[in-house]
Amino acid sequence: MPSSASSSPGDTAAAPPREPDLQAHFDRTIARDQRVEPRDWMPEGYRRTLIRQIAQHAHSEIIGMQPEGAWITRAPSLRRKAILFAKVQDEAGHGLYLYSAAETLGADRDDLTDRLIEGRQKYSSIFNYPTPTFADVGVIGWFVDGAAICNQVPLCRSSYGPYARAMVRVCKEESFHQRQGYELLRTMMTGTQAQRDMVQDAVDRWWWPSLMMFGPPDDDSPNSAQSMAWRIKRHSNDELRQKFVDMTVPQAEKLGVTLPDPELKWNEERGHHDFGTPDFSELMRVIKGDGPCNAERMARRRTAHEEGAWVREAAAAHAAKQARREEKERAA
Amino acid sequence: MSETRGQAHDHPKGQWPLYEIFVRSKRGLNHVHVGSLRAADDRMALTHARDLYTRRNEGVSLWAVRSEHIVASTPDEKDPFFEPSGDKVYRHPTFYDIPADVPHI
Amino acid sequence: MAADMSDAREAADDHVYLSLADGDEGDARWAFGTGFADPLHGVPTALPEGVDAAALAAVCVALGDDALIGAQRLAEWCTRAPELEEEMALANIGLDLLGQARLLYSRAGQADGTGRGEDAYAYFRDAADFRNVRLAELPRGDFACCVGRLLTLSAWRLALFERLAGCADPVLAAVAAKGVKELTYHRQYAAEWVVRLGDGTEESHRRMQAAWTELAPWLDELYADRTAEGFGAPAEEVAEATRAVLAQVAEAAGLSTPAQVTAVPGAGRDGDRTEHLAPLLDELQGLARAHPEAAW
Repeated sequence: MPSSASSSPGDTAAAPPREPDLQAHFDRTIARDQRVEPRDWMPEGYRRTLIRQIAQHAHSEIIGMQPEGAWITRAPSLRRKAILFAKVQDEAGHGLYLYSAAETLGADRDDLTDRLIEGRQKYSSIFNYPTPTFADVGVIGWFVDGAAICNQVPLCRSSYGPYARAMVRVCKEESFHQRQGYELLRTMMTGTQAQRDMVQDAVDRWWWPSLMMFGPPDDDSPNSAQSMAWRIKRHSNDELRQKFVDMTVPQAEKLGVTLPDPELKWNEERGHHDFGTPDFSELMRVIKGDGPCNAERMARRRTAHEEGAWVREAAAAHAAKQARREEKERAA
Repeated sequence: MSETRGQAHDHPKGQWPLYEIFVRSKRGLNHVHVGSLRAADDRMALTHARDLYTRRNEGVSLWAVRSEHIVASTPDEKDPFFEPSGDKVYRHPTFYDIPADVPHI
Repeated sequence: MAADMSDAREAADDHVYLSLADGDEGDARWAFGTGFADPLHGVPTALPEGVDAAALAAVCVALGDDALIGAQRLAEWCTRAPELEEEMALANIGLDLLGQARLLYSRAGQADGTGRGEDAYAYFRDAADFRNVRLAELPRGDFACCVGRLLTLSAWRLALFERLAGCADPVLAAVAAKGVKELTYHRQYAAEWVVRLGDGTEESHRRMQAAWTELAPWLDELYADRTAEGFGAPAEEVAEATRAVLAQVAEAAGLSTPAQVTAVPGAGRDGDRTEHLAPLLDELQGLARAHPEAAW
């Protein structure tokens, strides 16, 4: 159970089991839909894929604090201020649960943070879009957290135990996030015309980037098949995107906003909504660093980490001094 | 991994050591492992655990243990560790045939 | 979304949070500010006889302003904290203070007879009408400033609240009693950090000492505040308790308190402001004032 435990097969004194046996045992665990736990043997590819996915998820939570966090000091009522403050705090918490899960695989949080701020690991491209109005706070809750729920609820059954367990709590909290977003928009729609315009404008800006959150179409998603086989992932990108659209359309109607897609309509035969194709070349551009806010987001994270270094070092130094003092006291 | 983590003061960048956190969600229940966090010292580990793992009143008590101090069985030892109790059915309550009309057992 | 959560529930069968997810309290607790015990539940809101309404309103506004401005400065730390765990802690403290401000403003509106709600006090008063102590409005500074100021303000506020918890107004007493628990934690958190930074490295000691020295001229304003005197919190007593805490922490942290301090003249409680409050309020109030007819 210790997160730092290594599960490399060579760390037992007795003759280690042969790799084919271990692989067979792992395969059986997956086939029976049982959980893989930190000290179990696992194929290197499984471990690497998980670390990458969990780290990117954690980075997304942490970078995702920025677009909304910018509105905490400007929220237009004390109630909204408290809700938003708590929500952004939850995102820091989600990041921490996820880094914790990654550490059970032998990853090191400092190293993951370095990878993020050096641009070697990615985060969700959605957080590279700006939040010019307060309606963006509502739409992020409704669309982005809604999309996150579609993505994440199946992850509560992910084959890797610590990841699945972290997701249980993340999902529960995300559902509050989505509701507060929708409730904010509903309230704004009952307000002034300027507010209703603000909501529609935010919906127009966030709809397509939200659809892109599910990743490229299945045909262009080479890693998905392996992740599905390992039950790290449980639904394809396109399945999840469809689920999100079906879920959101009636909510948009109730709210009284128009989703900016002329091709959007109910398909009786499929039992699903048809919808247009997002501009995936935009997704690729933003992922590669060319989104409206990539540089700003990375700079903020890097600055916080660098400016915090003296504080982290001081705490470590104090702990070391304290330990030495206590040792001396015991010896005396 | 534990050898590479070491004491906080051995780490060149001052990285804080990892702590495992256990929460007792209410009286009468065991502490259950909920995850880990980083802290420079024991006090900080408890403070952080409160803020991270019990901010919605999830717990009445917290344990924080340095990850490197946990001793664990390895999965390879599963058989010698856990199989011998597999035949000691008398340890399991279903071994005893209790008439259905005996209450509260 | 309820149907989707069944997956989560299945996965939760070995999880400590299971009892939460499946509890009969519904989902309310997952939304901040609901699902918890109402701190004023069963507390009569009628103004008791013998309580000076104007004085009550004044103390509620003053303490509410301290909390709101303090929370606003803490919110500025969001995404800038030195470690992610500190993000969590600073947000928790900010949320506690915000909660105190809201309750206190509501009580002020009942006491001063205007019936104004919390947002009227927070968003529609100008800098000259605020009554917070000026220490709360100073710019954010570095983490040493943050914890030094937090220690000072929470030690002082705790000394006040411990006494207010027994005051004649039942609402203020209930708010103070709830606040005592929160402030005890804030003070502890800040004190531990002041000691760590004071003792840690040369750099951190230098920064902590600088922050400590900068605080000193603003302390007399706190010690001289008599706003809560009529409610069982004599200024001298509160000052004495605060000084004792600060001295104890300074000693543990190896910080020296300057022997000769010239206090900054004036007092935030009398409406004296630094140049830092107006820009803080511009940010806090800007959106709300731009749409006075709006619904949020």
